[in-house]
Amino acid sequence: MIRRIQPFALIAALALAGCATAPSQEPGAGEAEPTTEEEAAAAGAEGTDAADTGTGTGVAATAAADCPPNCDFARDAVEDESSALSDRTIYFAFDSSRVDDEYMPIIERHAAYLTQYPDVELRLEGHTDERGSREYNVGLGARRAESVAQLLQAYGVASGQITTVSYGEEVPAVEGHNEEAWSKNRRVELVYPASGG
Amino acid sequence: MLRPLIALVLLGWSMQAAAVLQIEITEGATGARPIAVVPFGWSGPGQRPADLAGIVSSDLARSGQFAPIERRDMVSRPTAGEGINFGNWRTLGVDHVVVGSIDAASGGGYRVRFQLFDVVRQRQAAGYSFEARANAMRGLAHEISDVVYEEITGERGAFNTRIAFVSTEGSAGDRSYQLQVSDYDGYNARPILTSRQPIMSPAWSPDGERVAYVSFEEGTPAVFVQEVATGERRQVSRRAGINGAPAWSPDGSRLAVALSFEGNPEIYVLDLDGGDVQRVTRSGAIDTSPAWLPGGESLVFTSDRSGGPQLYQARADGSGSARRLTFEGKYNAAPDVSPNGERIAFVHRTEGNQYRIAVFDRSSDLMRVVTDGRLDESPTFAPNGRMILYATEHGGRGVLGAVSADGRVAVRLSQAQGNIREPAWGPFRD
Repeated sequence: MIRRIQPFALIAALALAGCATAPSQEPGAGEAEPTTEEEAAAAGAEGTDAADTGTGTGVAATAAADCPPNCDFARDAVEDESSALSDRTIYFAFDSSRVDDEYMPIIERHAAYLTQYPDVELRLEGHTDERGSREYNVGLGARRAESVAQLLQAYGVASGQITTVSYGEEVPAVEGHNEEAWSKNRRVELVYPASGG
Repeated sequence: MLRPLIALVLLGWSMQAAAVLQIEITEGATGARPIAVVPFGWSGPGQRPADLAGIVSSDLARSGQFAPIERRDMVSRPTAGEGINFGNWRTLGVDHVVVGSIDAASGGGYRVRFQLFDVVRQRQAAGYSFEARANAMRGLAHEISDVVYEEITGERGAFNTRIAFVSTEGSAGDRSYQLQVSDYDGYNARPILTSRQPIMSPAWSPDGERVAYVSFEEGTPAVFVQEVATGERRQVSRRAGINGAPAWSPDGSRLAVALSFEGNPEIYVLDLDGGDVQRVTRSGAIDTSPAWLPGGESLVFTSDRSGGPQLYQARADGSGSARRLTFEGKYNAAPDVSPNGERIAFVHRTEGNQYRIAVFDRSSDLMRVVTDGRLDESPTFAPNGRMILYATEHGGRGVLGAVSADGRVAVRLSQAQGNIREPAWGPFRD
């Protein structure tokens, strides 16, 4: 845990300065390392495709929303599928627990909602793709959920509002044994238990 | 790497010149023994209850130690010793012949006789008679395989054993998970737990009566221990965060587990009687998948403390520092230790990004990849250490694969449906 402190402090400082930069990648994060530059590039590119076409993700869907920076949510906004809180999945690149910049608006909106309603609880569910050891993947999913939790806390969410659970590779969002499926399965889902999701 | 094997070596065709020698066969040598398992005779009303010879033949072939000949090559099909023409079998290059018969017995059961013959010495090496009901016929065939295997190799067979595994059906939003127990070859499977939430990491107790596993049924992972025969179970760990990867100590009194309640996934040892928990690792990295070495004093586990996952060894009481075992490749995880402690099977990512099963020899520190899939995982040794079961992908489904520990023979085990993963091979059944 010691080594997490430093990136966290860095994120907090950047966030307060209005510069939402994702944390630097921690050593060893991610379920696998591409062995060639091409594979790394391909994995990254597919990950981006997934973000554009996947369900409930992508910044474009809520670009018209005025949040952030002007966030003022009704308490039941999490029940409203058209609200700025409807994007609840953060996807990860191959070999990474780093939250990409494109997902920072999602983090900021949910942080705004959670700080506005400090009695609301959020559950972060970490997932990986299917490759490699299942038990190691539980650790990786936890690391991803923890990355998101730390960002939310950097935006002021109380740690007591957040719980994390890692499912590793056990609950894929998409069936399949190729990069297209894998890119959609490497994710953290933001779940509001009180609203049934 | 030398493998001690007992082999029959022919010094000549005459009976006088034949001798039995104990020799060692090196890796890659053609060591599979030719054997004929002749279809058993059947007398009784209706259909024969089972193709015992077919089951025995499959068992022996899978072990990598035997090369059963095809039925179509059998020039005769004797069902008892009297019918065996040794010269015919010798011409076919067969060292041993198994013959037998099934008779309907009173009370709805069956009487099964079988004999194993040594073709060279022209004499019976083993012969048994059993009584069994129809639903016990596969188990009986595995017992016959064990007798043949031990008689010829000098080592105990592991065919009449059980495995546990996890299967899933359905897809996202409508998925169910089952923990199942079956014969070693996947037959006679029955669920011992069904859940809408993930089930992971089954592990047999050393006495073969209980299975430890991880269940997410309460929304977060917890470790349970369940009696296989009765279904009775108890929760042994549901701390904050990860509760995973249970592994029984050799004496069955403790479970090594991966827990993160102190902030980071580390290895701990739980005392099953008192409930005490002893921390083993302190790394700040992901430490998981503990596996005991014989004697119960040390554990092998996965850790990414050096960047990517590698195997390490540490003392179970937490004393001393962990020693890294694997250095070849950037991904080595999910160890299983062979029963004699000499080998470790694990998941290795190749340079071509394929996930395969590799075997590490602890005396030589040499590693060898023994499977050729792209998503192979969860290796588990047979109780005699001669075979490894693992999970692989075939036709888009999770299926079980079996490979001889030397990598010489690899087969897929057939099963009806569903996605199968995480096999755990149980102990010998005494």
